[in-house]
Amino acid sequence: MNTDCPLPIATEQTIRLGHGSGGELTQRLLRQFVLPHIDNAWLQQGHDSAALPIGNTQIAFTTDSFVITPLFFPGGDIGELAVFGTVNDLAMSGARPLYLSCSLILEEGLEMDILQQVMASMGRAATATGVQLVTGDTKVVERGKGDGLYINTAGIGLVESLQTITPQAIEVGDAILLSGDIGRHGIAVMAQREGLEFGFPLASDCAPLHQPVQALLNNGIDVHCLRDLTRGGLATAMVELAETAGLEFWISEDHIPISESVQGACELLGLDALYAANEGRFIAFVPAAEVDSALNLLAAHPVSREACVIGRVNAVAPRDRGRVIIENTLGCERLLERLPGEQLPRIC
Amino acid sequence: MRYIDEYRQKQSIRQLAGEIQRTATKPWRIMEICGGQTHAIMKYGLQQLLPESLELIHGPGCPVCVTSLETMDLAISLASRKDVIFCSFGDMLRVPGSSQDLLAVKAAGGDIRTLYSPLHALDVAEQNPDREVVLFAIGFETTAPAHALTACLARERGLANFSILVSHFLVPPAIEAICASPKSRIQAFLAAGHVCSITGYDNYHELSRSHCVPIVVTGFEPLDILDGILACVRQLEQGEHRVENRYARAVKAEGNPQARARLEEVFEISAQTWRGVGPIPFSGLTLRPAFSALDARKRFSIESRPESDNSGCLSGAIMQGLKKPHDCPHFGKRCRPEHPLGAPMVSSEGACAAYYRYRKRSTADEY
Repeated sequence: MNTDCPLPIATEQTIRLGHGSGGELTQRLLRQFVLPHIDNAWLQQGHDSAALPIGNTQIAFTTDSFVITPLFFPGGDIGELAVFGTVNDLAMSGARPLYLSCSLILEEGLEMDILQQVMASMGRAATATGVQLVTGDTKVVERGKGDGLYINTAGIGLVESLQTITPQAIEVGDAILLSGDIGRHGIAVMAQREGLEFGFPLASDCAPLHQPVQALLNNGIDVHCLRDLTRGGLATAMVELAETAGLEFWISEDHIPISESVQGACELLGLDALYAANEGRFIAFVPAAEVDSALNLLAAHPVSREACVIGRVNAVAPRDRGRVIIENTLGCERLLERLPGEQLPRIC
Repeated sequence: MRYIDEYRQKQSIRQLAGEIQRTATKPWRIMEICGGQTHAIMKYGLQQLLPESLELIHGPGCPVCVTSLETMDLAISLASRKDVIFCSFGDMLRVPGSSQDLLAVKAAGGDIRTLYSPLHALDVAEQNPDREVVLFAIGFETTAPAHALTACLARERGLANFSILVSHFLVPPAIEAICASPKSRIQAFLAAGHVCSITGYDNYHELSRSHCVPIVVTGFEPLDILDGILACVRQLEQGEHRVENRYARAVKAEGNPQARARLEEVFEISAQTWRGVGPIPFSGLTLRPAFSALDARKRFSIESRPESDNSGCLSGAIMQGLKKPHDCPHFGKRCRPEHPLGAPMVSSEGACAAYYRYRKRSTADEY
């Protein structure tokens, strides 16, 4: 009987969709092809936005591109996402978001009505988050060379708190807080995109996060690190932070809130909610002694009303650094990995 | 979630694990056929709750892993054609062929659509009358009825631009091949509940009798799996061997008559080559002559090439339960989910992917 295995496939020579998933392939792309040419101290912080000293003040600076299809989905649209996404990246540096740019890449043939709706949505989102879209650019590409509409936003915010909020500031003994249930955005968009109907409501969690973050900082919570959960989901964010911080995180699967709708859709499609995208959730690292006050503050904001503790930062031997342990409901522990490429639905 | 939470309940799981601990007095080796069960075992860490002397061996029940290199290469060559829209389940896109995978074809401009239901491929064919639409129909008895229905509807709707690349596998002949192998170490089997929900389990009686092995039909939740293991252990301890259905909430002895009728109408049994294992007689399905107009192999007159895997990875031995994933020198080193050397590391049901993804903290340093 032949027991040979298939031939190995050589490392990819071209860009795959998986390189944009925010997981292991994205990391490898950055390490091998991007960072070596442009590396500097701010990139090395490995944070959602760069905290830059300018004069006597500290500015947070970030950028994000939005290429989502469909443009409108249950719970949000690309315009809202483009504002909230950048606002959230600024908020994760502890900054008060102030000004955003808006670059539009439009595909020939896009209906004016759609552009109108998206821009109206951006305007509303900016008003709601107290930011202004102060500069921008518009380009049009030939039909077939874009998905109707891409948006890039960059943003700057003012860092008013004296705390250093970076992965490097995470300390052994910190509690890990999660601001709410996970996986809504990824599953809702996938369902909409593929025309899947589950018989229960699924909506994106798309929301701005600056208010609960400001509440923590303004009330003196000693926040060590913040990270909003986006592509790659909770699992990927945790692994990235553990590696950057060089520490071991321990989390409990039982404590991670997942709505019944998301869980149901994941069960049907063979997906893991730990890896599903979010657009309105974050994790916070705070000293264990400040957990209760932090949770009370978060509970006052609708977007983080269900915030909870999901784990802690462990003291470990040097060889165990940079890993995330997840304990399941039976008390069995396993290692958590970042998303390898794309999450693909299973066959049966 | 109803009908799921009950079967993941901590207290009941611990009770059942305790019962297995008390019942097993000798070392036993049980194979779970289905990759879905393998993943549940690894995800919930069930092996940690069982007696050390009880060994769970992971079977060949992963449709992605067993699809032959020849079929993958056919799929890749069809998907590369400018006139073809290639429709596939997502899992198959990362499976390595001889020189590339479907994701590479997609990156190079191939029109590959990921499907959730094979019926969707019919709509794609209707909307693109000037293109050839090929459905990659892979899987076990579980996905075959949906593919059979798709074939019937394609004929009814008169879709001249639609064809199917069939690569179906049947479970019982694989169990037979494993039992008949002189190297076999398996003393009992957990049969896959979803396969039996289609086929029933009448055809397992002869297997159980002739090879003196207990075969227990069970599901995919932790409680189902432990319950199946307990049933196996009880039979083994008492020197018995028979077919037991422990998944009665989904499986009837006769299976699903409607689905079986569709299978019978569209497919006939044929020999099939299992990747890493080789040919197994009567273990596949091909389209009956009445449906041969839908056969992509015939429509594109592609010649099959013989299997020529020779990279030295252990997938065949792993899928027959002769080796464990961590016995492979490449496991977790050269071979990882983002860079798989073999199909068992690709699929969400592959044994290597399950071992890698759910590896314990204490073992991670070894890789």
